[in-house]
Amino acid sequence: MDTEPVVEIEGLNHWFGEGSARKQALFDIDLILERGSFTVLMGPSGSGKTTLLTLIGCLRSVQNGTLRLLGQNLNGADEALLTAMRRKLGFIFQAHNLHESLTSRQNVMIGAKVHSGVADSMADSAAKHVLGLVGLADRVDYLPANLSGGQKQRVAVARALVGNPELLLADEPTAALDKDSASEVIDLLKRIGASRGMTTLLVTHDSRILDRADRILTLEDGRIVADKP
Amino acid sequence: MTRLLQRLLGRLPIGWLQLTHNRTRFAAALVGVAFANVLVFVQLGIMNSMGTATLRPYEFFSADVMISATDANALNDGGNVARQWLLQAMADPDVTDGAGLFIGNVPWDRGDADISLTTFGVDPARPGFIAPEIAGEISLLEVQDAVLVDRLARGLTREEAAAIRPQSPIAFETQGRTLTAYSTFSGGGGFGGDGYMIVSDQTFLSLFPARRSTAPDHILLRLRPGADVAATVLRLRELISDPALRIRSYADAAQEELTYQQTKRPTGIIFGFGVLIGVLVGLVIVYQVLSTDVADHLREYATFKAMGYGQRFFMGIVLEEALILGIIGFLPGFAVGATILTLMAKVTTLPLAITPSMAVTVFVGTVVFSVLSGIIATRRLAAADPADLF
Repeated sequence: MDTEPVVEIEGLNHWFGEGSARKQALFDIDLILERGSFTVLMGPSGSGKTTLLTLIGCLRSVQNGTLRLLGQNLNGADEALLTAMRRKLGFIFQAHNLHESLTSRQNVMIGAKVHSGVADSMADSAAKHVLGLVGLADRVDYLPANLSGGQKQRVAVARALVGNPELLLADEPTAALDKDSASEVIDLLKRIGASRGMTTLLVTHDSRILDRADRILTLEDGRIVADKP
Repeated sequence: MTRLLQRLLGRLPIGWLQLTHNRTRFAAALVGVAFANVLVFVQLGIMNSMGTATLRPYEFFSADVMISATDANALNDGGNVARQWLLQAMADPDVTDGAGLFIGNVPWDRGDADISLTTFGVDPARPGFIAPEIAGEISLLEVQDAVLVDRLARGLTREEAAAIRPQSPIAFETQGRTLTAYSTFSGGGGFGGDGYMIVSDQTFLSLFPARRSTAPDHILLRLRPGADVAATVLRLRELISDPALRIRSYADAAQEELTYQQTKRPTGIIFGFGVLIGVLVGLVIVYQVLSTDVADHLREYATFKAMGYGQRFFMGIVLEEALILGIIGFLPGFAVGATILTLMAKVTTLPLAITPSMAVTVFVGTVVFSVLSGIIATRRLAAADPADLF
């Protein structure tokens, strides 16, 4: 089994804006995420959580410092490399962002088909399988409009997981869910993550999740101020 | 349909699913595209009929070379030509025969409406200058005030026209004379007149006393079989040095008039603009539908981008939508356009119809302008920044 850290960050700084409006969002971040870990990232609004998540998620370019993702140094990475790296990741957003005109199965198939060479039949089977794992085997041909909020988020989880990502990045995945649905989603992520050796980095304000995390990082004013197991 | 498209595209037909998800909007988009198609079909149909109607009178005659006045941009336009040039042209070794062609408009009081017939005066002793389908009747014109009348002329019922025969001619008064129609030929209403009439040159001069036999509107020449028309035209231009004349092959004269009618006359320009407006309306409609669709799905597109899909994937979806709108929108546009042109043809007697080449041109044009609109609409995809999703 590969024991190399999934994420290795050293001296990472990041700025927004130009000239006098330039503002530093991250200061000298050092961070290692081990394979299979379930890490929660907390912090007040504007603390830099989202910036850090988007940098790890290859949605922004590294400006200063070192960021190695799955063994790949992302310093100076071009758009093509960032896009290719994103295919190895899973994303879950606060809003489910499901395609309203596609069924649950079709939405999840899109997650599988991002990997070139995956045949429709294979993507279809994979989508049904993962929807079964998240408890939606009987909702595969439902449009998002006919699903509850929790079910939609579970479809979004299935879409993120169907590509078998090595790293899952989740941004407030339980924010719009009631207590039971939130608990279900977190259990699901932990269970599947553990079975697949998937690393999870989850941004949240939801205190209900904290006792389920392997590690809790707290970010304030662009700096990691606490790192608790 | 979804399965068929999935097979064709090799992926989920997201564009199709997206378009058909909101059926009302999809129907409205198709109506828009169909409307643009109808506009183009009707304008093209009129433009096409103008071309057919322009060339139609040239088909009544048979000649290799035509000598006209320099200002004769159309068959019934421009000054006269002195007959002496006909005699001069005959000096060329390849010119075998020549004839003057007189043209004027003759009104015919039809009771409920006056119609105007473009009337050609020809020498009935020279049937070689008349198209074969009419030449057989030309000897009838040797009788003074005898005419051949256009059976497709506006204001003349098909039953009335069918009754006109040498055994049962009809007489009518015009220009202070009584003309007798002994037979008919197939012409058709045009933009400059309601139909055509052919008379002898002598009858023509009786109808137009101000005209002189020595000054026809055009001179038609026939060449010996196998003669090089272009070379003969060049020789005739050397031989006949009058700068007030245009010496052209008969085919070139017809083509030049067609170009003149379509590009220089207001009617041609207006119909040309009509086609352009139809294309622009189609572009705007398809662009509006697609760009709204892209804007409505920006978060989903950003999600796809975050997942690792590239620009080609998104362009594929938008172009798929553009093609679907273009292809499906064409069908009702074709049907409605054809119906409108058929009705207009009945009312105007103009040769209005959708020809196969017109249908193919409009279909290809529809697909091209849909794809163009799609390409423009994909620019909005740049606004789908996945970093904004967090």
